[in-house]
Amino acid sequence: MAAYQLQINGKKINAEAAADMPLLWVIRDIVGLKGTKYGCGIAQCGACTIHIDGSPVRSCQIPISTLSKKAKITTIEGIGEIELHAIQEAWIEEQVPQCGYCQSGQIMSAVALLKENPQPTDEEIVASMNGNLCRCGTYSRIHNGIKKAAIALKEGTTSPSNNK
Amino acid sequence: MKHSANSRRFFIKTSALAGVGLVIGLPKLQGEALKSITKNLPPEFINLEINPFIIIRTDGSITLINPRPDMGQGSMQAAPSLLAEELEVSLEKVTIIQSDGQSKYGSQQSGGSSTVRGLWYPLRKAGAAAKEMLIQVAASRWATSTDLCFAKDATIYLKNSDKSFSYGELAEDAAKLPVPKNPKLKDPADFTLLGKYNKRLDIPSKVTGKAVFGIDIEVPGMVYACIQHSPTIHASIISVDDTQSLLVKGVQKVIRCKRTMPHRQSDAVAVVASTWWAAQKGRSLLNVKWDDGQLALTQTTDAYFQKAYEAAKKEGVRHEEKGDFLAKFNSASAKLEAVYETPFLAHAPIEPECAVVHYKEDGTAEIWAHVQGPDGGLADAARFLGIEQDKIKFHVPLLGGSFGRKAYHDYLSEACFLAKELKKPVKVLWTREDDITQGPYRPGMLSRVQGMVSNGKLTGFHHHAIGESIVGQVFNGLKPDEADPWLSGELSTENNQYQFPVSKVSWTHVKTDIPIVWWRSVYASNFGWGQECFIDELAHLAGKDPLEARLAILKDERFRKVLETLAEKANWKEKLPAGKGKGLAIFASFGSISACCITVSTSGKGIIIEKAVSVIDCGHYVNPDNVVAQTQGNIVMGISAAIKDGITFSNGKCDQTNYHEYQVLRMNETPVMEVHIIQSGAEPGGVGEPGLPPVAPALGNAIFAATGIRLRKLPINISSIS
Repeated sequence: MAAYQLQINGKKINAEAAADMPLLWVIRDIVGLKGTKYGCGIAQCGACTIHIDGSPVRSCQIPISTLSKKAKITTIEGIGEIELHAIQEAWIEEQVPQCGYCQSGQIMSAVALLKENPQPTDEEIVASMNGNLCRCGTYSRIHNGIKKAAIALKEGTTSPSNNK
Repeated sequence: MKHSANSRRFFIKTSALAGVGLVIGLPKLQGEALKSITKNLPPEFINLEINPFIIIRTDGSITLINPRPDMGQGSMQAAPSLLAEELEVSLEKVTIIQSDGQSKYGSQQSGGSSTVRGLWYPLRKAGAAAKEMLIQVAASRWATSTDLCFAKDATIYLKNSDKSFSYGELAEDAAKLPVPKNPKLKDPADFTLLGKYNKRLDIPSKVTGKAVFGIDIEVPGMVYACIQHSPTIHASIISVDDTQSLLVKGVQKVIRCKRTMPHRQSDAVAVVASTWWAAQKGRSLLNVKWDDGQLALTQTTDAYFQKAYEAAKKEGVRHEEKGDFLAKFNSASAKLEAVYETPFLAHAPIEPECAVVHYKEDGTAEIWAHVQGPDGGLADAARFLGIEQDKIKFHVPLLGGSFGRKAYHDYLSEACFLAKELKKPVKVLWTREDDITQGPYRPGMLSRVQGMVSNGKLTGFHHHAIGESIVGQVFNGLKPDEADPWLSGELSTENNQYQFPVSKVSWTHVKTDIPIVWWRSVYASNFGWGQECFIDELAHLAGKDPLEARLAILKDERFRKVLETLAEKANWKEKLPAGKGKGLAIFASFGSISACCITVSTSGKGIIIEKAVSVIDCGHYVNPDNVVAQTQGNIVMGISAAIKDGITFSNGKCDQTNYHEYQVLRMNETPVMEVHIIQSGAEPGGVGEPGLPPVAPALGNAIFAATGIRLRKLPINISSIS
């Protein structure tokens, strides 16, 4: 066991964990942020997607000891804390979630996509989202939601929110 | 419109009954069930004929109870909407809580696409009865007739006046009135909520990470368990060496435990630790020796299908027959026979199996488990713990998908077993590998089909269903000479409505040790494939267009309307270039009729699935957008089941372990989809499952149309059709 200081959603958090504990389990079971989900443990489903320094990563694949001390972690709880992100707004407009379990990961991937590429083509959306499984089959709505959010951001009808 | 993350007044929580004015439901309960309702209520609030789905407090707050757990099918909106429509309240202004398994709520099983069709009248009556009682109190206070009062937005108004009472002001007196036995229900033409588009109120919490699923439950003092199951599922333990496991920091204990399935029990070993990560690490260091018995020989999918194909050469047990099928078949000049195969499948919900159980020193227990039915979960937990149901407080969090899986309570049995040993709260969480390798699965099945045609018309059809029986294995309820009674729901002529002069349904039971259970749309997901592809084969033998051939033997107006609408929406008659093809299929299940048309085009040696159009007649429904969402989900899951490898067992063990080997459909494989709802106004049917069965055969028929190749075995390798 070792002590780690993490920066999660703009807050400094101390966590004591085994060196090989993946960030997913540190975030869920030590820090207590349950929005990030476990689905497979082998980076196949994307349910555990978070951002490190703004880029989407599978938190089940990152042992806490390998994390840079300066790493800024964002979880679903850090997206739209004050005002919902355009992606979250679009998810509600399109009524995307069914069971909702995979949606934290889907949203983290989608938010990162629009940050990197504000006007993605259909092919670029598929390429970015293909690593996130949804067993309920909400893919077409996810796709529509991203397009809708991209338009909203372009037209300035909504803010990109406080994505840290 | 802007949504603030915290502004929605929507809660899913357990409520205390303090300050209750009116508790209302159905005039049904007696005896013990009645006592369990009334014991928490002050005497003046006890109404002798109640069943509490609606709680109106004297402060005006209203709580509606959802008796069907939400696994993504939308019951958290659908069931309360039935109450709210008749009660005249807005869902945005009430609290919705999940029922807890107590018998006062009646059946609470989400399954069989039963929520809306099962509760359509009961919950509407409960809402209407409460409204009538509130109106009665208001009318008496105003010394007027009830006809001059009306309910709107949780308020009773006096017509042509400015007088009104909120429900909260009336609730206490209303509770003293007898519950009307036959309250007047609204005319569907007056519905303001049912059948209308309304956003689901559970969605905001599902885009912010705040929704609480089974896996998210945490209680003070809780420990975590990761369980080593037998690789061959039913093996028994010879020895356990836990030396290395106990060295892992955080691991507290290694306990031999039992996995209780409905029909048998298996040995297992639990590693208990202060974190789940430590528990699973401890598990990976266990050295368990298993006695596999004959499982390596008997528990293989090859051996199972070999037995099934042998059975396909013989006659089965007759389930139903119209005319003398065999005599007509033998004498027919234009006939066909074939065998269709569907594989074993895992449900693979993204949230794996999980349960938290706290068995206390005083012999009571508290449980948090994402079961599909709180009543069944409570009954099973009482059995697993060996205590009475009223000693258990049962909570049902959201289900992160299920598709039938979480109604099988083996994971709950393990948590109960460990909780009793540990006497502290314990969370059992399965790994994805546990979920994929341990089952239970949708059974693989064969359809042996025979049929004939005459003068361009389909004149006879025999469906011989072959495989392991859910009734037989799960419920141990099938006699050797009996056909699986669940076939009636899927294959009877009454179900498919095809008007054959002669027809037959028969059955052969082929047993396996591989654990099986219901999977989205149950047997319809297997037998739809054989039925609807073979109807296509017969249509071609008769020289007819597959749509026309079906319409020629369908009299039922609803079936015809579904097919005709599909043909129109999917542009069935359009001329396609070479290398492109359309296929269609229709199947009725769970009280609804659904048809699908798929368009494919050839690409190299394989095909591309371009588009899927589905039509569903589910009668009355709650939210059209949810009907569309569920049907889209069924297209995706139906294509996944048709083109992705199934579950196989070699040497007694599951060959697939995780999503890299048991693949499910991804975004790039999802075709363009269209869903159309028929406004039949018929009695409500199911929505969660009926869209799935026609998908695979529509694809098979499309591939035939595009390539001339008839495929009879699922899964289809779409990158190489041969």
